[in-house]
This record gives sequence, C-alpha cells and structure tokens, in this order.
Amino acid sequence: MLNDTSGFISEEDGTIKVRSCAWSPPGDHPVGCGVILTVKDGKVVKVEGDPTHPITNGRLCPRCLALDEVMYSPERIMHPIKRAKEDRGKDKWERISWDEAYDMIEAKVRDIWANWGAETIFTLVGTGRECTLYAPVYGPAVMNTPNGNSTAPFSGQACYGPRATISNYLLGSGYPEMDFAQYFPDRYDNPQYEVPRYLLIWGKDPIYSNPDGFFGHSVIDIMKRGTKLIVIDPRVTWLAAHADYHLQLRPGTDAAVGMGMIKILIEEDLYDHEFVNLWCYGFDALYERVKEWTPEKVQKVTWVDPEQLIGATRAFATNKPSTALWGVALDQSRASTQAGMCFLDIIALCGYLDVPGGIVLSKPTSFIGQWRYDMSNTLSEEMAAKVIKDPTGKYKLFNASAAMGGVQGDTLLNYLEGELPGFRDDEVPFKLRMCWMFGTNPLACMADQPQRWYKALLPLDFIVVNDIFMTPTIMAVADLVLPLSTFAEHNGLVTPHFGRNTHMIGAMNKAVEPIDTKSDLEILIDMGKRLRPELWQEFDTAEEFFDQKLQATYGFGYEELCNDVVRQMPFHYRKYETGELRDDGQPGFQTPSGRIELYSMLLPVVDEDPLPYFEEPEYSPYSQPLGVVFEFPLVYTTGGRNLCMFHSEHRQIPSMRAMHKDPLVSIHPQTAEKYGIEDGDWVTIETPLGKCTQKAKITLMVTPKLIHLEHGWWFPEQDGEAPNLFGVWDANANNLIPHESVGITGYGAPYKNGICKIYKAEGPKG
Amino acid sequence: MKYGMLIDYAYCTGCLSCEISCRKEHGIPLDEWGIKVTSFGLDKLDGKWSWDYLPTPSTLCDLCEDRRAAGQKAACELHCLANVIEIVPLAEIGKRMEELGHRKVVAYLP
Repeated sequence: MLNDTSGFISEEDGTIKVRSCAWSPPGDHPVGCGVILTVKDGKVVKVEGDPTHPITNGRLCPRCLALDEVMYSPERIMHPIKRAKEDRGKDKWERISWDEAYDMIEAKVRDIWANWGAETIFTLVGTGRECTLYAPVYGPAVMNTPNGNSTAPFSGQACYGPRATISNYLLGSGYPEMDFAQYFPDRYDNPQYEVPRYLLIWGKDPIYSNPDGFFGHSVIDIMKRGTKLIVIDPRVTWLAAHADYHLQLRPGTDAAVGMGMIKILIEEDLYDHEFVNLWCYGFDALYERVKEWTPEKVQKVTWVDPEQLIGATRAFATNKPSTALWGVALDQSRASTQAGMCFLDIIALCGYLDVPGGIVLSKPTSFIGQWRYDMSNTLSEEMAAKVIKDPTGKYKLFNASAAMGGVQGDTLLNYLEGELPGFRDDEVPFKLRMCWMFGTNPLACMADQPQRWYKALLPLDFIVVNDIFMTPTIMAVADLVLPLSTFAEHNGLVTPHFGRNTHMIGAMNKAVEPIDTKSDLEILIDMGKRLRPELWQEFDTAEEFFDQKLQATYGFGYEELCNDVVRQMPFHYRKYETGELRDDGQPGFQTPSGRIELYSMLLPVVDEDPLPYFEEPEYSPYSQPLGVVFEFPLVYTTGGRNLCMFHSEHRQIPSMRAMHKDPLVSIHPQTAEKYGIEDGDWVTIETPLGKCTQKAKITLMVTPKLIHLEHGWWFPEQDGEAPNLFGVWDANANNLIPHESVGITGYGAPYKNGICKIYKAEGPKG
Repeated sequence: MKYGMLIDYAYCTGCLSCEISCRKEHGIPLDEWGIKVTSFGLDKLDGKWSWDYLPTPSTLCDLCEDRRAAGQKAACELHCLANVIEIVPLAEIGKRMEELGHRKVVAYLP
C-alpha cells in the first residue's frame, strides 16, 4: 500500500519518505507548505521541503525545519493529565488515560446539562491553527451550547474576522487575496497571468508571517519578476526599506490614510470608470465623504508625508495591473471596519478585483466551512437564543452576522466579571461554569488585560485545554489537558484561508504514530459520539469524514488526495461577469445591490455608518488630556513577527529560541539617548493601563515618536507555578491593551496603537 | 568539477532557513554554525534606506556534497524562502552573476 504512491515512498535503506502539507500543531497558518518527512523506526528523523509542491517549491521556514525538536521535546505533553481544582496554579499533574479523560468530560457536561443548562458551557479558540476548522463545532454539536463557536479570548475579535466580515458586507465574497498565480499549476508562467506592476502592502509584514494561506515569500517571487512596492506601515520593515513609496503612518490611523487616497483617486481622475460604472454602488456618496481628506489633513492626523501619499496613489492606480495585501494591523484598531472599507474601496475603484495580476476573489464559504456552519446550526431555537450578548444591544453586526460567530470577546469578559449593569449576578439568567480551550494560550497571547481574564476564569468549575505543551494558561487555570498530535502524527487537510479563498487542498499525511495523543478532529468526533450521538452517525473516523466531504464537494476521495498530496482548484478571472460569485448564478456580487458597495446598504441596519470615517484611537496623543499626553509622550505599536516563533509558541524549542532569545522593544536612537537607554538594556514600557518589560533594540525601524513591542512572550525556563506562571505577566504586551475600546460593530481593538512612557529597568521583571 | 555558492543577496530577507536547515542536515550543535546570516542595516545611505542580509558559509560547509551526489539541492539552497542561494559550477559563476544583472551578488568558494 505504501509503495509506488507519491504520498508515501519506501526507500532502499528501509526509511519511508512521507510527503505532506504542513499546518499545525505546532503553530502555523493554513499555507500547507510542502514537506517531506523521513521516517525511520517509527520516528521522524528528517524534515525537508518538497520541491514538487506548486506553491512552496521546497522552501521551508525555520519552524518546520525544527519540527523534530517539537515532536520529541522532553517538555511536550504526551498523555492526558488532570489536576484537582484546588491545585490550580500548582505543578500537581497526574497522568490519566484517554478513557478517564473522556469520562471526566462526559460526566461534567451531563451534570451541567442536568443541573445548570448547556448554555453555562463556553469554548475559546486561538488564531490560525488547524483547530480553527473544528473548534467552532465543539460548542453547539458536542455540548449543545450556543456560547462557543469561534469565540476568542480577544478584544474586538481583532484578527481576520474584521477583514472577512467587511469583505462579506462590501463584496459579498470570501477573502480578497493577492494574485500570486496560486491557482495555476504552472504558476507565474501561466499565459493568463500578469505580473503586478505595483504591490500595495498595508499593515502586513508577510515575509515573516505567512498569514491565512498566503505564502509570504511570494512577494519576493513577484519582486524578482519586476513588481515594485508601496508599503503602509508605521515601521521601516525590510519590505518598506525596499519600497518605492512608504507611507509611515501613526498606528491606528489607517482609515484616514485610506480616505486621503480615495480622494486623490477620484479628484485626479485615476479610477477605472468602466469598472465603477458597471460594478460599484455608491460612488458619489463615497466621494462626498472623503472630500475633506486633503493630503495636508491626512498628514496632520496620520503623520504621512503628502508627497508619499500622492505618489503612491498615482503609482498604484496608473500602473495596471497592480495588486494589494491587507494585514492584521487593519483589524487592530477601533476603526477596523472603516480601514477595511477603505482598502476594499481603493482596489475596487482601481478595477483590480479578480483580474490577472490583481486581487483574486472567491465565494465566502465552501467545503468544511459549510459543514462547520451546518453543525453550528444544530441548536434548538430556544437554546440558540441563550447566546450571551451585550445587554445594551450594541455590537449588532458581530452578534447578527459575524463571519466567525460566537460570543463577542469583550462581552464575554464583562459577563465573566459580572460587574457591569445588566451583567451582575442577580441580573443574568445563568452563570458560566465550564470552558474548553482550543489552540489558545490567552494569558500569554490574545487576551487584553490578561490579569483580568485570569481572575475571571478562575471561578469556573471546570476548564479543559487541548494543547501540545504546558503553557502559563494551562498552569494557571486548567483542570484537564488533552495532548494533541502534531501534523506529522495525524491525518488531516489543509485549506488555505479556511475555505474563504482556497487555491488548493493539501493532504496532511500521517507519517508516524501519535503515541498517546490525538488531533482536535479525533477528539471532536469521539466526544460528539458520546454526548450528541444523533449528530455523529455519518462517519467514525477523521479519514471517513474527509473522504465524505471531499467526495461530496470535489468528486475525489481522501485516499486520492493523500496520494496526490496537493490538488489545486479550478479557477478563472472576472467571476463577477460569469455569475460565479452569486448564489443565483447572475453576474455581479452577492450584495443587496448586486454590486460592490462603496456605500453599504447593510451596515446601517446594524447601526454602523454606510461609508468610511475616521475615529481617533482612545489612547492617542490627540484624544487624551494634555496632562496624560505629557506623562505618556510616546506612541507604541506591537506584534511584529519573526519566523522562528508563532505567537506564544516555540519559546521552549532550543534552536528557535537561540535565534530569538528575548522579547525586544524597538527604540529609535534619539529616543534611547533621551531616556538614557542603551542597546540590550531592560526597559519598562508603561501606559495608563499597565506595564511590561522588554530588552532594548536600538533601531531606525521606528521613528523618534514611536516604539514597537513584541507580543506573546513567556519563559518556559522559569518557575511555572502561580504567581510567577512562567513569567507571563513580565514581558506581556497585552498588559497595555485596553479592554473594550472597540468599534460599533464589535470588531476591531487597539492591539497595535496606544501611548506610553519608557524607562530603564533593573532587570527583566522591571 | 568544482562548485561555488552564489548568493543573490539583494533579495535575502534574513529568514534564517539556511542556518537551521544546515544545522539539521549536518548535525551542527547550537554553539557552532555552518552558515550564518548577518544584517547590514537598517541604515540611511545618501538619503535612501539600506538594509541587506548576507549569508556566509563557514569552514563546515561542504556545499552538501552528499546531497548533491544524490541529485538533491544543498539544504540551504532548497529551503531558502527567497530562493537566493545557488550552487553553481565554478566556471559558470561569472556568467550567472551577469545574468542576475544587478550589483548585489556574491560568490563563495568554501
């Protein structure tokens, strides 16, 4: 069986080479990079890139190359472990069997069903990992609770959700992605493809992040073929240093930059008249709205040089085709919806949607996304109505039609804390009692004001976490840990963009036995069959599930996929002309007007303005009283990536940590001199809300008015027990992030913009 | 035939895949190195930003002789995310440098 197929190759020396597509665990987004895993005596002894993979062509980043260190780390959790509730925060774990772990969960859930109601259970999910496909199903289809789905321990669901949702509203489509010839087997050589003349990179550093299904170094591929860059970023990233234009904005002012660009496009008559006439709705209203945003006004608000703004807008619009990327920075401000609208308006006005060398589109959900949606709709009407919402009625968009549903993150923390009007103990119909977490370590990453989340989670009766390593969150609050298998130890699928613009389906081929670990999907199926068996009749294993879903959607089976490893999807351009973007098969877009809505007909229904506008961040040099601005004179941004770590993961992997030892705060040389800070000094960053301590990196990447902090830091080498919890409070950038400073929609939170002061610290603990 | 390592470092992004893939291929411990990336910049030169990364092989580099004998690319050459490393016959290095057509190319003969 293993012989003579391309997925599994037996070598003469007795080893087996398994070709596969990488996802997670360990942490990664669904790019599905091609790997060849060499297996000897049941162990992965080598990880190499797969030269035959159509997207990555053998290239791999450090995290996959160090996969063996993750799989065989002495610190990895290899068996289910439990701990008495009174021992939370203590290293008092006891190894148990899967049967005992499953029995514990089943007994607890049934007890809650009988005595408190299923709605008192909630789930939490992290970002980007394989579990994002399956975690949303655990709440409704296993535990019968509406308070699960894609709920994240996160203010403003400030990652991907805002961009995916505004794309739904304005374009009626899935995620608009840069055309890197990803749908074509012959890639950039395909005769239909055109190399973009300019690439606008907005709020993203894709060569170090590979987000959502986009292979970041595709940017380098097209640069080599002649593409020039326009970068909108507060930092001089490597890409910005290599760009023709760099709009170095104050973080959080993206919408103001965008409106300035739209004004130039219209007033200089640079937009695509034919495309706008045929396919866009609300042009005049949009123009009225942006009229006031002169380059001078844009500069005053955003700090962007008018010459760069004008030059970049002209270059982007007049060099056809050009393409664009938008990043998580657009999600991480209060005005995320408006920033996203500006981005979509600009690419629409230029006519770059679904054209060769532009931005490719697809329908919003497909394949497993559809199954996930169907499984989320398995609650009775009565139970579905018990979903937790803000008592004042705000966040209508999030609560009515979020691209990734669940409880709005700020609302959840408010509910757990029980202090706001409408959420006090005597005002709520039920108290939350149990939480199950997937692919998330909120105390180190995601949770705004993480110490508040810690206190809010502690009173729960029962907390289960699926993970591969001990984390500060597990040590702090978990009662039961289910150990996950890595992508080399289970069968799976990789769907770039989580099904929202899927240029390929990749096989995740199991190379070695998982010992005593399981995948998120295997656990889901096992527990689904125990708790709501009526919903889980159609298949018994993950492989049967994949086979049925693939056959139904694409007409080929899982074994074929495993052998082929990658199947690229059929594609053609200008689908709005051929009716493939609408459910009724008519030309146009899946929006109320049938066109791209520069003026949104739906947003007013959920209390949001139909047009973009600018809202000053809550903590900015212009929104706070002078006394506060005087005390906190610097602007900070956060979250720049490095390739050897995925958010809060990889801190205990020796070769990865050797590449990036400490949390680094980037400070301009002038600023460092002013505050008496030298390269390598420990520096405390303090805001009106909290502080953290990181090591100084003196660099011109930031301006004298701006510093940049890294996120997700904790120290596996330190004491894990409470109160230290692996030092999770010391370097944590989220200590600075306000709770519930979010947009009207419930989306967007200022993880990347605020004001601070800095001073030299005695040591790493400040 | 003798070979050299050509690096089109105009596009090197400092991803460090060369360092780790070399380490894994040759079993090099963490306190030694087979290839190392150095950052030049970020600086402002004559009013323009300048930021280059440059990988340099050490004496431990044998251009992955065994891999290439088996018809594979060198570990760093295969995994480099920006595709900037090529193992080229010595006699062709000058020609290949000219083909790349810009200034930021180096050749090593480890």
